[in-house]
Amino acid sequence: MLTAGYALLFYAATALLLGGLAHKVRQYARAPVPLKIPIMPAPTTKSGVVWRMAREVALFESLFKSCKWTWLFGWMFHAALLLVVLRHLRYFTEPVWGWVVLLQPFGLYAGFAMLAGLGGLWLRRLAVERVRYITGPSDHLMLALLAGIAVTGFAMRYVARTDITALKAFVLGLIYFDWQPIPAEPLLLLHLGLVAALMIVFPFSKLLHAPGVFFSPARNQADDTRTRRHLASRLERAGR
Amino acid sequence: MADFEVPTLDEVPRVPRLVEGAMRHSRPFAAAPEHQEALGFPGQLVEDWHDKAIEKFGEILDRSRPLRVYMDACVKCGACTDKCHYFLGTGDPKNMPVARQDLLRKVYRRYFTPAGKWLPWLVGAEDLTEEVLDEWYSYFHQCSQCRRCSVYCPYGIDTAEFSMAAREIMDHIGKGQKYCNEILGKVHQIGNNLGLPAPALANTLEGLEEDIEEETGVKVRLPLDEAGAEVLLVTPSADFFAEPHVDGLIGYAKVFHQAGVSWTISSYASEAANFAMFIGSYEQMKKVAERIRKAALELGVKRIVVGECGHAWRVAYSFWDTLAGPFDFLDPNYPVPQHICEFTYDLIQRGELTLDKSANDHMTLTFHDSCNVARGSRMGDAPGGQFEIPRAIIKACCNNFVDMAADTIREATFCCGGGGGLLTDDLMELRVKGAQPRMQALKQVADAQGVTHMAAICAICKSQFAKVMPEYGFAMDAIVSVHQLVSNAIVLDGQKTT
Repeated sequence: MLTAGYALLFYAATALLLGGLAHKVRQYARAPVPLKIPIMPAPTTKSGVVWRMAREVALFESLFKSCKWTWLFGWMFHAALLLVVLRHLRYFTEPVWGWVVLLQPFGLYAGFAMLAGLGGLWLRRLAVERVRYITGPSDHLMLALLAGIAVTGFAMRYVARTDITALKAFVLGLIYFDWQPIPAEPLLLLHLGLVAALMIVFPFSKLLHAPGVFFSPARNQADDTRTRRHLASRLERAGR
Repeated sequence: MADFEVPTLDEVPRVPRLVEGAMRHSRPFAAAPEHQEALGFPGQLVEDWHDKAIEKFGEILDRSRPLRVYMDACVKCGACTDKCHYFLGTGDPKNMPVARQDLLRKVYRRYFTPAGKWLPWLVGAEDLTEEVLDEWYSYFHQCSQCRRCSVYCPYGIDTAEFSMAAREIMDHIGKGQKYCNEILGKVHQIGNNLGLPAPALANTLEGLEEDIEEETGVKVRLPLDEAGAEVLLVTPSADFFAEPHVDGLIGYAKVFHQAGVSWTISSYASEAANFAMFIGSYEQMKKVAERIRKAALELGVKRIVVGECGHAWRVAYSFWDTLAGPFDFLDPNYPVPQHICEFTYDLIQRGELTLDKSANDHMTLTFHDSCNVARGSRMGDAPGGQFEIPRAIIKACCNNFVDMAADTIREATFCCGGGGGLLTDDLMELRVKGAQPRMQALKQVADAQGVTHMAAICAICKSQFAKVMPEYGFAMDAIVSVHQLVSNAIVLDGQKTT
């Protein structure tokens, strides 16, 4: 019963996450770009744009220009989250890939960096008057969700260890449609429940900044209007 | 003059405390029915404005990737909150770029997203009420579309796209702004923002020719409607009469004279400005841009050169080819279009101008990067040429040049406070307060390094500074045109007529 519930929950969450993201990405990709609006100075070539976007996505270059504290906490959180997610790949493959094995200790430390980053960002939301003003309930909720996932994860390691062999069997069972019982441990159930919730809210929330950043014309356009004519195809076809 | 408090200039730039509603009262005059109808907009607020606004909103979302993406992508990180000159000058939290965007975003969430339909309280979604519409009118006319915030946003979210969209929605339900819409009507009808008809323009140009001859003894021409000229000069109409703009125009004329390049102004397209950008109307912007193409074809010119105007150069550089192109009838050996600064800089590089720097020795100069030139365009071949070339020209014409603080120039430049269709007397409080960050940076170099004058290459910046600088203790003629400096320094050849 519990196993079926969680299995169905994760199938639904995965479907919503992928379906929702696909819908959004399609919407972004299909919307015409009427004009060239890169923030200058901008690269004049496509490869220059790729380099600019890479710096933006990997290093948060613009945020660094804006505010060092927000950058520090934000970058720390995202980089750590990446490591933590990679560390969890060990639950999804059998045998575990070599580089995932090597990554395990780093992924664990990253968990602490992730919590510290979240804490810093949350503190900013409360302490800086301007940021407090623009913060809504959903912003707190998102932080709570992520912090909840991290805290329950740590609790399973340091407070009440969970049966990770059984957990892995459950996860692999989901992938191969051969359901295995989920360990009925409250911390684990909470951890997984929060992860499913995060997956579900992803395409309906500000987490859309993840695909969005790649579609931002201010950053992904080249400065080449004097050499290459820009046409917004749909507008042009409509004869405007 | 002021019935409000002029902000102070401090030793160290400060971020103000929030003062909720500090600028809630600020709003421009509404467009009269005839100004609206001349542009195809309803004369006054339509009865079903709510439904019409949402319909228009949806339409814009469907045809604009930037708006689509920017509506969703904001994470409320706060990176932009201390970057807007209007926020820094007023302390009104709704002048923080993210809060300004949220005025539109909350309605987007309510009508166009599942989260906002089902859980409005959670995600800050709101119905479009009369009060919200009022806020739109107030605060989307407190954005000069300078895009400084976008530089600092991790996703490049461009608040200008929000204020353009909001103004377009408002125009379409009959809630337009007088200043922009009245001016656009004049462009369509007469050919320039001022409504200066051809005979008056001819008179003005003749008068300027006489002035130059009187002062220099050399006959320098300012031709009008001369078919077969090499260059069509398209310049903001403020250049024809306003100070210090007109001194810049005299500078262009002297440069063309020295270059020996034939040129002309067109009475049909006697305006570089394109206020349609400010109201976010693609159709209007296209119409205005097409006048210039038409004039260039009719006059049979080989090149188009654009005078000192910030948003006009953004429209020309970034949008003309899309809106009114292709411009394949022009000579491809020159940049299409070309900025007057590029034209002059090229001559300086080739050693074709004799410049007597000492003519500007009574001034110590700094340069105000205009937002649309800095963040919306380029000059020269390499990114950043829009910063280097005007400075190179100034340094070639002046002995004394000092830059302002690094976080107030180049891509981080502050708006003058009057851009984006806000250069109107009914928004004077906003204009004065919005100039505070720039005035502060200027005061620093004035006090520490003896800067006496600030040069600019934008008609709006020049008009704005001439008006608001006295409020901060500077002389109104402390703002100068870059080509005014060229005009002072240039040594003219040619037959002396006296």
